[in-house]
Amino acid sequence: MKEQLAKIRAEALSAIEGAGDSAALDALRVQYLGKKGELTAVLKSMGKLSPEERPAMGQLANEVRAALESALEEQGKRLEAKALEERLEAEAVDVTIPGKAPKLGHKHPMYIALDEIKDIFVGMGFTVLDGPEVELAEYNFDRLNADEGHPSRDWSDTFYFDKDSRVMLRSQTSPMQVRAMDTMELPIRIIAPGRVYRKDEVDATHSPMFHQVEGMVIDKGVTMADLKGTLNTVVEQLYGKGTKTRFRPHHFPFTEPSCEMDVQCHKCGGVGCPTCKGEGWIELLGAGMIHPRVLEMAGIDPEVYSGWAFGIGLERTAMRRFKIADLRLIFENDVRFLEQF
Amino acid sequence: MNLSRKWLEEFVHVDASDKDFAEAMTLSGSKVELTHDLGEEIDKIVAGRILSMERHPDSDHMWVCQVDVGGGKSVQICTGAWNIHVGDLVPVALDGATLPGGKKIEKGKLRGVESNGMMCGLYELGLDERDFPYAAITPAALLNDYHPLDKDKPSIPADIQPGDKVFGPVVCAKVLECAIQPDFTFHTCLDTGDATACPDTACANLHEGDLVAYNTKTDTICTLADLRAEQAEFPHCIPDGIFVLHEEGVELGDDIKPVINADDHVVEFEITPNRPDCLSVIGLAREVSATYDAPLRLHEPVVRGGANGVLPDLLDVETPAADLVPRYTARMVRNVKIGPSPKWMRERLRSMGVRPINNIVDITNYVMLEYGQPMHAFDYRYVKGGKIIVRRAQEGEELTTLDGKVRKLTANHLVIADEHRAVGLAGIMGGENSEIVADTTDVVFESACFDGTCIRKGALALGMRTEASAKFEKGLDPLNTLPAVQRACELVEMLGAGQVVDGVIDILNHVPQPRVLCLEPEKINALLGTEISADEMVSILKKLDFQVEGNQVTVPSWRGDVVGMADLAEEVARFHGYNNIPVTLMRGQTTRGGYSEEQKLEQTLGAVCRSCGYDEIITYSFISPTCYDKILWPADYFARKSFKILNPLGEDTSIMRTTVLPSMLEILTRNWNYRNKAARLYELGRIYLPGGEDGLANEAKVLSLGAYGADMDFFTLKGVIEALLKEIRAVDVHFEGPTGAPSDASYHPGRCATVWSGSDCIGIFGQIHPLVAQNYGVDGELYCAELSFDELMRAQGPDPEYVPLPKFPAVTRDIAVVCDEKVTVGVLESAIRTGAHGLLKEVSLFDIYRGKGVPEGKKSVAFNLVLRADDRSLTAEEADADVKSILEALEQECGAVLR
Repeated sequence: MKEQLAKIRAEALSAIEGAGDSAALDALRVQYLGKKGELTAVLKSMGKLSPEERPAMGQLANEVRAALESALEEQGKRLEAKALEERLEAEAVDVTIPGKAPKLGHKHPMYIALDEIKDIFVGMGFTVLDGPEVELAEYNFDRLNADEGHPSRDWSDTFYFDKDSRVMLRSQTSPMQVRAMDTMELPIRIIAPGRVYRKDEVDATHSPMFHQVEGMVIDKGVTMADLKGTLNTVVEQLYGKGTKTRFRPHHFPFTEPSCEMDVQCHKCGGVGCPTCKGEGWIELLGAGMIHPRVLEMAGIDPEVYSGWAFGIGLERTAMRRFKIADLRLIFENDVRFLEQF
Repeated sequence: MNLSRKWLEEFVHVDASDKDFAEAMTLSGSKVELTHDLGEEIDKIVAGRILSMERHPDSDHMWVCQVDVGGGKSVQICTGAWNIHVGDLVPVALDGATLPGGKKIEKGKLRGVESNGMMCGLYELGLDERDFPYAAITPAALLNDYHPLDKDKPSIPADIQPGDKVFGPVVCAKVLECAIQPDFTFHTCLDTGDATACPDTACANLHEGDLVAYNTKTDTICTLADLRAEQAEFPHCIPDGIFVLHEEGVELGDDIKPVINADDHVVEFEITPNRPDCLSVIGLAREVSATYDAPLRLHEPVVRGGANGVLPDLLDVETPAADLVPRYTARMVRNVKIGPSPKWMRERLRSMGVRPINNIVDITNYVMLEYGQPMHAFDYRYVKGGKIIVRRAQEGEELTTLDGKVRKLTANHLVIADEHRAVGLAGIMGGENSEIVADTTDVVFESACFDGTCIRKGALALGMRTEASAKFEKGLDPLNTLPAVQRACELVEMLGAGQVVDGVIDILNHVPQPRVLCLEPEKINALLGTEISADEMVSILKKLDFQVEGNQVTVPSWRGDVVGMADLAEEVARFHGYNNIPVTLMRGQTTRGGYSEEQKLEQTLGAVCRSCGYDEIITYSFISPTCYDKILWPADYFARKSFKILNPLGEDTSIMRTTVLPSMLEILTRNWNYRNKAARLYELGRIYLPGGEDGLANEAKVLSLGAYGADMDFFTLKGVIEALLKEIRAVDVHFEGPTGAPSDASYHPGRCATVWSGSDCIGIFGQIHPLVAQNYGVDGELYCAELSFDELMRAQGPDPEYVPLPKFPAVTRDIAVVCDEKVTVGVLESAIRTGAHGLLKEVSLFDIYRGKGVPEGKKSVAFNLVLRADDRSLTAEEADADVKSILEALEQECGAVLR
């Protein structure tokens, strides 16, 4: 019997080691350890042994059984690992095949630029106002000190809805200055982005409808130095730290002194190139100290309060920001354009 | 406004490159747009004299010339030009020269003969005959250059000889001699066969041996026009050639630039409308003088006068419309000799972009440029009765202006008239009937100040903005009229163009007193944020010709724009330097900035649209009235009533949209036409509805979505709308079919829905009606949605509140019921909800089936039900009881039975 057990052990261990899959392993388990298995048969024949032989044989038989069970388990694990390995290999993909992207929409480049500007000003305590585009000439012109003869009032420049030139499409966001002065408590810090309209034929740099952002601050002791400081801060946030600016005298009916702000040309660094038309500077916005007459007309005492205002063209800002060469692209809304931003 | 730097130099000396000059002027407030160096590209072009001319040995039309170019050097140059003669002074481009336009000249060989440069024509120097009228070339028809159009039928025989008849009195003649005369015409001697003739001619292409057509009757040499010949018949007898200089004081070898005024530099300024005084050389010179701290040299005109006659006897002026004529100044010139103005004057006019005409007209333009005062000269003989009346035009009165157009006037126009008729449109343009012409002998110079608004409106009404009207409309200095007319008269005398009558007519209706302001340095510093001393302020103001005494500042008459402290502050700031103003941050009370609830919702809606794959667009607010037809709105639909622009750019952009649909459709169509496979677009745009406050519009915002593409259908769009509403936690949302509004016509009647929050309709969406798509030229399915922003705002639910996650498992049951085709899923769903006993947590549709096993006209609809109790695990019996109740409800309410 001893020999028989040793034989079973040797045969079984070798067979288990050679089992190629879990089915074969299961078959071996049945073959040796099952109810009619070889080892079981040996154990059943234990009864025939003498009582003296029995304990030793029993121990030996149990050892063989344990050895077989452990071998079965190990081989099972090995096979499992092998099967997993094979599965993973079979499941391997070509990682250079493009991904299945969810289709995401895109913000219009001009609104990207606008949102940047809005965020900068909101961070400085400004409120964002929204106002009418169909506007009274009174707000667009009279209250802004652009009197009867001002050229921008011409029917060749501005769209009107009535013969008396009373109701018009606002030609600038500046009437929002007046509306803010009329309705808000002092001090005021606002920006007012929106659509404006001028009678320009469509070309690479003109459109009858475009966008501006108006900004205004009114408080006691507001100075032109504040205007410069604030706008410089904004420009640094928009175009990067250390961006150089300059201020030039200009004329707007509703500010005095008035100025235009240039940023140094990003292309040539101020030496002069086609982008800046050789000037080294690119015009960015118009600004100035609110004209005392404009404050007076809004019932604000210019002896007590002062303020500054600016207006910036959004299309040009966005075009510069994204190097868009033709304004028409902005309003064409070709998805191949929109999806670049 | 163009400024010749040579002209400027007469008033103020500046030593600066164009670039530095432009920068300095820009920073002091006179914005420079561009600078032009008129001779920038011209190099190595000198004056030379033709020493000899020989015919080219190997060409029938070229000359080989020896040209003295000064310094004892002469060069050999071949040319195909025929208008030159030995002794002519010509511009010579030497080897290595550059012409305007950058063209390089290098020596080479022309048909084997060395040519070491080029003699230049007018055009090659960037000039034309207006610059040098004398350089116009009249060619004679040279019979030796005759090339018949039809070789078999020549009009002139190839072997024609002197004396042979050409036609009528015209015979062939041979040039024996051709000599230039002091007046630059030519004296010739011709062999006419049996005789000789010696006609003078302007024709410049004659040389010894040439055959010409000579008219024996008129004693002239025929031009091409005289022979009624075409240019092709005489290919080398052309009105072009070398620019033969008639200039005095030019030495051989001299640089050509000063001769042709190419040594001037022109600076182009952008002058803002508040500074009409800077629309003049003197005005700009004043700014230059203040910018560079350089003395301004002004000139006081001196007029000798002394012509025959007494001014009051000759001329009387009345200004019945005194309110429109603050000042009217005039002088008279007699014995005028009309002719070209001298070269220096023509050059200055040309530099400033004004075309020279004749001495009198040029003088008025010259004075206008120099003083900024528009001047008008008119022929005295057409001022009937010697009386000038400046009056309002009569309604319907007609006047032919100098440009030859008949203008119909109204009482809002101001005219210069004699006793009978208008002779000029005041401040805008003169009348043709009093134009200065070649035989004008007596001239009235008008130098007036007219009401700006009247001139602006008048010019605008006639659609004829002129140089003069553009100046007047900005409001001119009434004190400028007298110096300007004096200067004009001085120039007349200087040019020998006529004799000035003593005396000046000067009517002062309204000449304001000088404005005096108080200088308050501390206020100026408070406004600018500076610490500029009072002394510096005073010195800046004085540089600009403000008079300062104590704190009293007298504003110069030409500075109508300076009316208060802020204006003085600007003057101080300009010359202190805007860039020397410190940079400070805002102080004072802080304000609470931020976005409003509306703005936050706008941001949310945009973000959801983009996460659903929709791209943002921007469309025009104005549309064409035909758009309403295209989207099939009924003709009488009230929403067609739109704000109409009275002066639109075109019909296509003439009304303010009351719906965003056409805008979206237009962009979808454009993308479709660009063959973009799919587009998903959104815009938060405004519509403009009549009936707002103050006659303005109600500008409601609409969120519009638009899409097409392979994976688009009604439910993909609906999914986006559901996502939007879910994101804003809209309450009580449900969908219904169209409501029967006229605007429903734009949509496919079976694939269109309205979306509601409670009883408020948020908007409409669905497939665009195929006929509408067809109107836009699209033969595919387009999908759109229009959602009211205000309604979305209202529909927003409260902030989310945490609901504990379920602790007990759910039981799911699938049911499929068969019902009539017309029963909607929405109705089935609501029946399911009614039937449930509070355990139903979710219902979701998962299948609709028609066909085998389901009777005709019926459908099988399958739902997945999720049932759960919050406080215990459900037993199968409890779930079954609920499902049973649900099925009963389905049967009772919808006639739907379990399949």
